[in-house]
Amino acid sequence: MNLSRNSPAKGRPPTAKVAIQIIQAVAFFAALIGIWEYGSRSQWWNPVLVPSPLDIGKYVIAKTADGELITACWVTMKRLMLGYIVGIALGIPLGLLTARFKFANNTLGVIALGLQTLPSVCWVPLSLLWFGQSEKAMLFIVVMGTLWAVLLATDHGIRQIPPIYRRAASTMGSSGFHLLWHVLLPASLPHLVSGTKQGWAFAWRSLMAAEIYVTVLTGYGLGHLLHYGRELHAMDQVAAVMLVILLIGFAADKAIFTPWERFLRRRWGLSV
Amino acid sequence: MSLQEELLNAPPAKLQVDHVSKFYVGNRQTVHALDDISLSVGEGEFVCLLGPSGCGKSTLLSLIAGLEFPDSGSLSADGEPITGPGRQRMVMFQEHALFPWLNVTDNVLFGLNLKPHLTTSDRLGVAKAFLEIVGLTPFANSSIHELSGGMKQRVALARALAPNPQVLCMDEPFAALDAMTREQLYDDLQKIQQKRRKTVIFVTHNVREAVCLGDRVLLFTPRPGRIRAEFKVDLPRPRDINDVAVAQLASTITAELKSLLKQSDAS
Repeated sequence: MNLSRNSPAKGRPPTAKVAIQIIQAVAFFAALIGIWEYGSRSQWWNPVLVPSPLDIGKYVIAKTADGELITACWVTMKRLMLGYIVGIALGIPLGLLTARFKFANNTLGVIALGLQTLPSVCWVPLSLLWFGQSEKAMLFIVVMGTLWAVLLATDHGIRQIPPIYRRAASTMGSSGFHLLWHVLLPASLPHLVSGTKQGWAFAWRSLMAAEIYVTVLTGYGLGHLLHYGRELHAMDQVAAVMLVILLIGFAADKAIFTPWERFLRRRWGLSV
Repeated sequence: MSLQEELLNAPPAKLQVDHVSKFYVGNRQTVHALDDISLSVGEGEFVCLLGPSGCGKSTLLSLIAGLEFPDSGSLSADGEPITGPGRQRMVMFQEHALFPWLNVTDNVLFGLNLKPHLTTSDRLGVAKAFLEIVGLTPFANSSIHELSGGMKQRVALARALAPNPQVLCMDEPFAALDAMTREQLYDDLQKIQQKRRKTVIFVTHNVREAVCLGDRVLLFTPRPGRIRAEFKVDLPRPRDINDVAVAQLASTITAELKSLLKQSDAS
């Protein structure tokens, strides 16, 4: 039998091409920052309202050196991870329930659909009244922001599984927990990954809303730095913290979700 | 159990179908999918269920596989009533139904992993042996999406054979493939059937395919699904689908099928 390997050509451009792309991107951002710096120095705008890149850089270096920024990042990340993990730990099983049982879908599913449309900042007043100015209030807001998106993505993922997988698995003797763990969950993996990614984005937005609006004494996060930056008219602080928030979101995306998406593309092919 | 023992072919089972009827109740109408079907299949016999779409042949296959249950009548394999799906009766579908999150070897291992009393290395040995049989050893670690349609069906065949079933239920497994690939797989399937004799139930709407592969061809007509005629195929094996004798018998069966369909349309 003469079988030729017909795997699609791995779409990886040669090194030279990659180098050129990197140089282009670096040049673009260097030019952007250069113009910004030049504009600030030439007083094209009020430097109090739009601080120069150099001032922002100085703030970042100073606050990293004295630990304030690092502590704030750490506090924020701790809250984020806790809320995110709770959101996923609740969202995935509940999504399995709504996908599996009509009753759960008609009750919980409707609630999820409704609450998912509610911007998470809307939970702030309620959360403050229930939990006071505490970590619990923060956690509640983040969980509410994450849970429903993850639940709906899981539900959707399970429903999208071709019924033939279940039939094939059951003829091979798979049922119950084995079927769930070895067939249904992996089969819905593409949806779960995009769902948890969406959940991450929602958790991040919710936490920033929570930190800006909820003042707590148990640790200042990045949202608090942003809030006090505004109160103190410290625009370098505001801009720098925004930059840090952006970079963390970017890094999380690359560190957590890119490997998963690469795995999916390798296994599932271009159909995902 | 040792690897050698596991690789010994399990004895094929005989199947018994007694007065089976099956209805599908829909919102608008009730479909009488199978009407009082009786059938016995001997050990190691290759039986083709042939008929136009909607004649109930796939339904009968699902009943034999244990994926669905009859509204009346009974089915048994080796005297044991069929109460659900089981690895003594493996199914191959028209769509390959391979799991994209597993590579080729892990797909073949899926059914084996559910078989108790085997060590991990035995399971791997069995999987390798069956990949060898279907000629896909070089692709053991490939992802499913990297394979061609014919190769995917070969993996599906290896996956179905690996847990050493007694019965193989095949539901139009080659219908979605191009003619050249299909002919290659007819050869492969006949060779494998010589080496590892199984009781095979093969559903198809392709008359020549049925004659080329089957020891016996059962002709179905729809509304309600019934077995209307039976043909024994005594041609020597391995058979070629382009062989004149195959073509002659196929044209006889086609003529019979047409006249039967005309009758049931008239009545």
